[in-house]
Amino acid sequence: MLPTSDTSQGKRTIPGTPVFDGEQARSGYALNAMCYAFNSAELRDEFVKDEEAVMERFHLTEQQRDAVRKRDILAMLEAGGNVYYLAKLAGILGFNVQQLGALQTGMELEDFKAALLAHGLTETRNILTEKAA
Amino acid sequence: MTKIAGGIFTSHVPGIGGAIAKGLQQDPYWKPFFDGFDPVHQWLAEEKPDVAVVFYNDHGLNFFLDKMPTFAIGAAAEYRHDDEGWGIAFQRPFAGHQDLSWHIIEQVVASEFDPVTCQSMLLDHAVAVPFELCWPGKEAFPLKVIPIAINTVQHPLPSPKRCYNLGQAVGRAIESWGGDEKIVVSGTGGLSHQLEGGRAGHINVDYDKFCLRNLAPDPEALLQHDTLDIVELAGSQGVEILNWIAARGAMSGSVRELASNYHIPISNTAAATVLLENSDKVHA
Repeated sequence: MLPTSDTSQGKRTIPGTPVFDGEQARSGYALNAMCYAFNSAELRDEFVKDEEAVMERFHLTEQQRDAVRKRDILAMLEAGGNVYYLAKLAGILGFNVQQLGALQTGMELEDFKAALLAHGLTETRNILTEKAA
Repeated sequence: MTKIAGGIFTSHVPGIGGAIAKGLQQDPYWKPFFDGFDPVHQWLAEEKPDVAVVFYNDHGLNFFLDKMPTFAIGAAAEYRHDDEGWGIAFQRPFAGHQDLSWHIIEQVVASEFDPVTCQSMLLDHAVAVPFELCWPGKEAFPLKVIPIAINTVQHPLPSPKRCYNLGQAVGRAIESWGGDEKIVVSGTGGLSHQLEGGRAGHINVDYDKFCLRNLAPDPEALLQHDTLDIVELAGSQGVEILNWIAARGAMSGSVRELASNYHIPISNTAAATVLLENSDKVHA
């Protein structure tokens, strides 16, 4: 089956789904290294005071700095960011995962949350008490 | 023969840790998820396992892209959680079982696996949240832990079959240990969810139910998809099902489901908790 987009490397692509592979890991290294370092509260404080200085220290590419300045999550992913590390930056910026979802999908926050809640499903089995719901 | 009494499979969403910290277990949003642990608590109180062997993925607390092991096995005397960037650090330490860790390492290498071995290792929310869920409160955890990390961050990820075979090798290693400790295995993460990209918020109820339906009776059904198939089906973090697949692989006896709870949504995730029993004999 042919990939649906970006056939340059013959890689399989999944619509709307970045696959973080070696190519992304290489191009995104500086951005992800900065975000990984945000495990330190001291560095998080430094970033809040002077984000340009922290981005300089970690040698972010201009594309990565621009994405961070614009708080543009999709651009951060495009620049090689990995969501597990970006989640630490998102915390500093005050975004929870629903806000991240809304920002990336172009949905209003309430609509994004409503779409999750729309599944509204709980299925329980329990033979320990024989009270299966 | 050292006995694997059962398996505990659960989502590990960081927000669960926040809900625990705020005491929201009875809140209408959270209650359906936390209630899924009632049978787990009942079973743990009866079985009192001595060691938990936990298959999980690190999200950037212990491992970074500078050194990213496909499989890593903890061999520390003690492990700790720490601040993952959001200012929350669970305080209770996790006691290790170094002798059994090294036995497992020796046996899985003899089975031709090549894990990284970690004598110092921070455990992130993928171990800490399940432990808080299984053993709530402030008392010291009543058992030791052996953490086994699987790379679900940087592709290529190990195949589902490889993870299952690793689990089988770990199961054989545990059974050959010979100590009288009772073991519980655990796989954490999932089920379907995706945090990033234009498909953020993706949930696949059909795939999740396929996994839940087959986990106990026919786990090899979960091996028919490769990792990118699973990413497409379950979302880019839904691939954490690899941890469940590995843990299920460690259970070689007659396996049956004792309890299961599937609840959407918790944060952006289709959450699930499953308790499996592992018996020498088929339950009559």
